[in-house]
Amino acid sequence: MSAPSNAAVSDIVVIGAGVIGAATAYFAAREGLSVTVLDKGLPASGTSSACEGNILVSDKELGPELELTRYSLGVWHGDLAEHRHLWEFEAKGGIIVASRESSLASLHRVMAVQKGFGVAVEELDPDALRAAEPNISPDALGGAFYPEDCQVQPMLVAAHLVRLAVAAGARFHADTTVTGFLRSGERIAGVRTTRGEFSASSVVNCTGTWAGELAALAGVDVPVMPRRGFVMVTEPLPPMVHHKVYAAEYIDNVGSSDAGLQASPVVEGTPSGTILIGSTRERVGFDRTVSTDALRLLARNAVGLFPFLAAVKAIRHYHGFRPYCPDHLPVIGPDERAPGLWHAAGHEGAGIGLSVGTGKLLAQALAGREPDLDLTPFAPARFGTAPKDQSAPREEASA
Amino acid sequence: MSGIAARDVAVVGAGPAGLAAAVAAVEAGARVVVVDSAAQPGGQYWRHRPENVVAADGRGHHDWGVYLDLRARFDAARATGAIEYVPGRQVWMAQNDDGGFTLRTTPTVAPSVAPSASVAPPASVAPSDPAGAHPADVTAQRESVSTIRARRLVLCPGAYDRQLPVPGWDLPGVMAAGGIQAFIKANGALPGRRFVVAGTGPFLLPVAANIAEAGGMVAAVLESSSPVAWFPHLGAAAGVPEKALEGLGYAAVFARHRIPYRTRTVVTEVLGEDRTRAVRTARVDPGGRVVRGSERLLEDVDVVGFGWGFTPQLELPVSLGAETRVDADRSLVAVVDTRQESSIPGLFLAGEVTGVGGAALAVLEGRVAGASAAARASALSPAHASPQDRDQGEAPPSDALPPALSPADAARVARYRRFAQAMHRAHPVPDAWHEWLTPETTVCRCEEVTAGQIAEARDALGAADARSLKSFTRAGMGWCQGRVCGFAASCLGAGGGAHPSEASLAASAKRPLAAPVSIGELAALEPSTTTKGTPA
Ligand SMILES: Cc1cc2nc3c(=O)[nH]c(=O)nc-3n(C[C@H](O)[C@H](O)[C@H](O)COP(=O)(O)OP(=O)(O)OC[C@H]3O[C@@H](n4cnc5c(N)ncnc54)[C@H](O)[C@@H]3O)c2cc1C
Ligand SMILES: Cc1cc2nc3c(=O)[nH]c(=O)nc-3n(C[C@H](O)[C@H](O)[C@H](O)COP(=O)(O)OP(=O)(O)OC[C@H]3O[C@@H](n4cnc5c(N)ncnc54)[C@H](O)[C@@H]3O)c2cc1C
Repeated sequence: MSAPSNAAVSDIVVIGAGVIGAATAYFAAREGLSVTVLDKGLPASGTSSACEGNILVSDKELGPELELTRYSLGVWHGDLAEHRHLWEFEAKGGIIVASRESSLASLHRVMAVQKGFGVAVEELDPDALRAAEPNISPDALGGAFYPEDCQVQPMLVAAHLVRLAVAAGARFHADTTVTGFLRSGERIAGVRTTRGEFSASSVVNCTGTWAGELAALAGVDVPVMPRRGFVMVTEPLPPMVHHKVYAAEYIDNVGSSDAGLQASPVVEGTPSGTILIGSTRERVGFDRTVSTDALRLLARNAVGLFPFLAAVKAIRHYHGFRPYCPDHLPVIGPDERAPGLWHAAGHEGAGIGLSVGTGKLLAQALAGREPDLDLTPFAPARFGTAPKDQSAPREEASA
Repeated sequence: MSGIAARDVAVVGAGPAGLAAAVAAVEAGARVVVVDSAAQPGGQYWRHRPENVVAADGRGHHDWGVYLDLRARFDAARATGAIEYVPGRQVWMAQNDDGGFTLRTTPTVAPSVAPSASVAPPASVAPSDPAGAHPADVTAQRESVSTIRARRLVLCPGAYDRQLPVPGWDLPGVMAAGGIQAFIKANGALPGRRFVVAGTGPFLLPVAANIAEAGGMVAAVLESSSPVAWFPHLGAAAGVPEKALEGLGYAAVFARHRIPYRTRTVVTEVLGEDRTRAVRTARVDPGGRVVRGSERLLEDVDVVGFGWGFTPQLELPVSLGAETRVDADRSLVAVVDTRQESSIPGLFLAGEVTGVGGAALAVLEGRVAGASAAARASALSPAHASPQDRDQGEAPPSDALPPALSPADAARVARYRRFAQAMHRAHPVPDAWHEWLTPETTVCRCEEVTAGQIAEARDALGAADARSLKSFTRAGMGWCQGRVCGFAASCLGAGGGAHPSEASLAASAKRPLAAPVSIGELAALEPSTTTKGTPA
């Protein structure tokens, strides 16, 4: 059977219409490149529709991820400012709450370090904390306010960026699953799909948690793995939670010499009145079995922060699979093991926030320009330079 | 683990299917637990006023004798402890774990029939309560039934009225037809004064009859289809003489109360400022297109009841992974075999969840499901019920099962099913119903999403299914989780009168919480002993 070939050769085929693929397509189209976006489903049918929409500065450590976060914030506030209403962009700020003396001390230490590298943060004494969040637990001893933390509705981000990319000349094909790559000599020259072949000078793998599978089709190893997270949604309420609020207690676990904050359960109100309680982290592969332990943990954390929640009904929960790499950094850039293939995947629990910066930088690189931010720390080459040994089983790295 | 000891068979729902299943299972020798969100047995069909307030006399009910017989056997089994009855609790989650099923329940209403004594508070709790006060008993009892375990599960959760939006349907005074009937059955009172009942299907008739017999005025019953539509199916329909008689019975009631019954007629708009005051009606062609110039205003109406067939409650079967299909009425239903067993071994389904077919069919299916589940539970010891064994050996051969149905009953099942299919084909949701909407018409009442917003999400953002419509417009994200608007949103996503895909219907039936549950209850869940995966 000869597969139909689809239209003219594009400069770029983007595989995946999650936030990352959508942002990449949008900025590439704006660079004047001809772009074709393919997804096995509709836009935002992967992890981008099973997450929360936090854009957090408060949980980042000093390093390349913080740089990318800052760059992305600039894009959200700058290039995309005119569209912010499309995706319910809200710069509501985040609050970390400490309920034990020891965690308050840790929080103060962390704040000092963060201030040192330029993160905007203000200390909240008990009165200021209660003024900001009147329904916070009576046990709360104090907190920190991060004015740069903001929020978007991620499904709308992906869908509108695809729409805007199409308006800028890109083509989008839904229900089109990539099953293999076309080659021209050693170069990747397009993709084979359930709806025919698509030729392109470059192919960008934006398939999130499935990026490893796609890379394997091209014979290269990109160790992206799933990390499951549950989120709980309450009945709609009048505004009771005004910021993104999360607990400082885990800072103790991280160790006092370590300034890094890991993501932790966030309680936040949404414009529609529901409260999102997120999110757990566990490595169980793609297991979709509902875990009562996860629900229990979310509920306990939430009630600890906001006791009124005990009497509030949960109406829904959902789960998604964060795409993560062993070193917890995304993979962004050309893959020298398979010339013509690029990746933008593995953003773990921060892909929404990082999407627009990723897309813009990648588009600059695809257009042959020097990207605004050095992409070397994210280079696929960090996983080795040889094409993949197909037979070697992959060890799951520990987080 | 707290919670009542594992039973052979758990039955969810105490309507026609659930009652029949429980009785059949217990009479086949199983120890049974029955959970039902209502305060007393009966379900939708035999809903009646609180038994602790008035004795039920069966007035306004059909097949009341069947109910009394099932109820007597149910109560007898309760008296011996063979049935544990847990009313006033809703299952919010069902899990299929090694060797059986776990149900998590949450309180709904105060039972009006005493729950089983065997689920009374444990001895260690009672003495600490000096007065032995009733409320404390109830609390302790409720805690002890928050987790229920059984080796086999029979789900009989029934269905609810399917709704289609029209302009003004978000006004107070607009109800589901079944909601009006339930109101009358549960309260012995009317929710209004002058009613219009509209939609399609024979179930509109008993609703109108109930209103009239309770003293309400029925301004009109509007049926979008036409009796002519029955002609090709009369062969199937005539196989059920009870149905024909029932039809005649309603004819007499309609004549006595002078209820106008108009076919090929629909409500295209509900009018009123802050509550329902009038409806606009129109004649439609067989596809549901409004016949030009046929619009009429029907004034002085304070309640409109809509019923467009039924939507089976599929969240529990779907969450357990049961295979589904689209039935002739375009509802998503679960697939079962002749023993009413789903694609999940040990999970049996009966009643409307396997295809809307009425109460008599629900009773027969319940009997089969209950007897089959009991046979399965006794044929396998708990050790045999591990997933590995299921994969290999499977169940005993079906001829080892007791014949749950006589040949005559089996023939009745076949006849009822044929009748139901004929009925569904004769009373379709009109393809052109979306033409009655304006862009301003609310489709999702919880989140106030309009038809225009849905059309925009479909056309500009490619939202072709219920799932992406929900993501992009919030339709179905509110309190009712798409139970009311899910079907309509699936149709609108498909666009232009196209029928929704199974995938779209399945997406809107997927509700990992089958009922709202308080965060406090979730926080009080016991940690599981077998934790899969590494928390990281
Ligand atoms: C519970 C949870 C909470 C989270 N909270 C946040 C948060 O608050 N803030 C934040 O920034 N991030 C958060 N994240 C992380 C964020 O969701 C992800 O990093 C992000 O969605 C990844 O986007 P993506 O575009 O890479 O992947 P996806 O959205 O999964 O997109 C990949 C796309 O590729 C398509 N695809 C896959 N294989 C193929 C194929 N063979 N052919 C064609 N198409 C294919 C898929 O259909 C999919 O649409 C959270 C994640 C989880 C699970
Ligand atoms: C308006 C209306 C009119 C009707 N008129 C007729 C008629 O004239 N003739 C006819 O033959 N049929 C009629 N029916 C249909 C009839 O009601 C059903 O066929 C019959 O009730 C189906 O029985 P069932 O046992 O499947 O479900 P139901 O009777 O609906 O019983 C289901 C029970 O399960 C409980 N339940 C559901 N989910 C849960 C959960 N998660 N946890 C715990 N409990 C749960 C419910 O509270 C309910 O008590 C009518 C239905 C309606 C709504």
